[in-house]
Amino acid sequence: METFVFFYFASIIVVTAGLVVALKNPVYSALALLVMFFHVAGLFVTLHAEFLAIIQILVYAGAILVLYLFVVMLLNLKREEHFHSQLIVGLFLGCVLFAEAVLLVLKGETTLGNNLAASAAPIELTRGNTESIGELLYSTYLFPFEVASLILLVAMVGAVILTKKGILEVKS
Amino acid sequence: METAIRLGLTLGQIGAVMVAVLLTVALLTLLERKVLGWMQDRMGPMEVGPYGILQPVADGLKLFFKEDIIPAGANKLMFSMAPILSLVPALIGFAVIPFGPDWTVDVQGVDFKPFVITDINIGVLYILAFASIGAYGIILGGWSSNSKYSLLGGLRSAAQLISYELNVGLSIVGVLLLSSSLSLVTITNAQAGGFWNWYFFAWGSFPQAIAFMVFIISSVAETNRTPFDLPEAESELVAGFFTEYSGMRFAFFFLAEYGNMILVSCVATVLFFGGWHAPFEFLQGPESLHGLTGIAWFAIKVATFLFLFFWVRATLPRLRYDQLMRFGWKVLLPIALGNIVVTAIVEYIFPS
Repeated sequence: METFVFFYFASIIVVTAGLVVALKNPVYSALALLVMFFHVAGLFVTLHAEFLAIIQILVYAGAILVLYLFVVMLLNLKREEHFHSQLIVGLFLGCVLFAEAVLLVLKGETTLGNNLAASAAPIELTRGNTESIGELLYSTYLFPFEVASLILLVAMVGAVILTKKGILEVKS
Repeated sequence: METAIRLGLTLGQIGAVMVAVLLTVALLTLLERKVLGWMQDRMGPMEVGPYGILQPVADGLKLFFKEDIIPAGANKLMFSMAPILSLVPALIGFAVIPFGPDWTVDVQGVDFKPFVITDINIGVLYILAFASIGAYGIILGGWSSNSKYSLLGGLRSAAQLISYELNVGLSIVGVLLLSSSLSLVTITNAQAGGFWNWYFFAWGSFPQAIAFMVFIISSVAETNRTPFDLPEAESELVAGFFTEYSGMRFAFFFLAEYGNMILVSCVATVLFFGGWHAPFEFLQGPESLHGLTGIAWFAIKVATFLFLFFWVRATLPRLRYDQLMRFGWKVLLPIALGNIVVTAIVEYIFPS
């Protein structure tokens, strides 16, 4: 049963992820991405990571993708035409990524597989999923967490300055 | 066998909640017109049945038999999908709302909670997540209609929903800090004992009254109600994102709007006003009757909030688009953030 559920989610994720890049209409691409987010969330639920699952929907599907759609509608693109000039670059990057994936799979049988098996062993949860994540974020991973928030702050200030700059130039 | 019983019980429960919600929606369509009528010194609908009480039936029949038109040049797939995408998230949120006491009944070896469909430990986030999914129905409905009014309505709505969603989420954080739980059942249970324990008053800690104000204002904005009904401003945009819709598809958008109103009222009741708990212990009645009085108190509180929605609609004029954005980002957001900081400090010094 578990295997069946996993393969259902995995196959839908692969198919919709392909559709995101393959479809010509950007709105359809965004919707394929939406379906993919939901299935990734489903995968998290089967791993008993309910918090991550709902955050996946809340942040990616609920906020980021809505903004994508917003931009697509503002530009009112019916068809995206300039993919073709990127064919060579895309092919090169695709080959590199594919080679990497193959290498990982081959290597996985020796070292990575053992590590994965060790980390996948059931961990005794004394508290809920949310509490565990909160405690890890604010103890073990406190520094990366703070760095990430600082980067976000810099990005935000940057966006504000970029928009302000345009206004000031028009005035002067 | 056990699985079959569990499935049957859950499906029955979902059916009961859906029927209750849809009946309330039907009642609300009449009540809204009646309340608006009384506030404007009119009678409201009076023709269908005594005092017009059969008006919802007549409206429903009319919408059901109306011709279903798809405009020329519209994207047919998206046009049909949009009403469903906006209705489902509005109804799915009721799955985690506790309507009554936290009882567990044993039905032939299966544990069954009669007053909540499912008590998941991330209930609050679940509701927030699906409320944000509701935006897709509106955006896609506006985009696929191939009409400039619809498109403008959809664009306005997208910006509005994203801005005010944030305020809803942040205003709830204070309650989460006080209850240290994301489960709506646990939050309700923590408010037992009398109205001073409700998080709106929060005796012995920082009252969440300010957070409640932010929550209710943002909720009105999220449900696209007056004075934040810019996505469907009839004097500027005909009817906004559902200008081109008719018949049952229009009815779906309508159901979604009213369903969202009820959901938001339920969430406000559970988070800030103690859910099914009575304001005083003795008003709750004996222990065995808690189921009955619990649902009654819950219904009274929800009805109060729904009345508030109508009252606001009858009283306030619509905001301008820039005023709406400025109010959301520069007034409500700092207030919500300040509330989190103060609540956290108070909770740290005087842990409850």
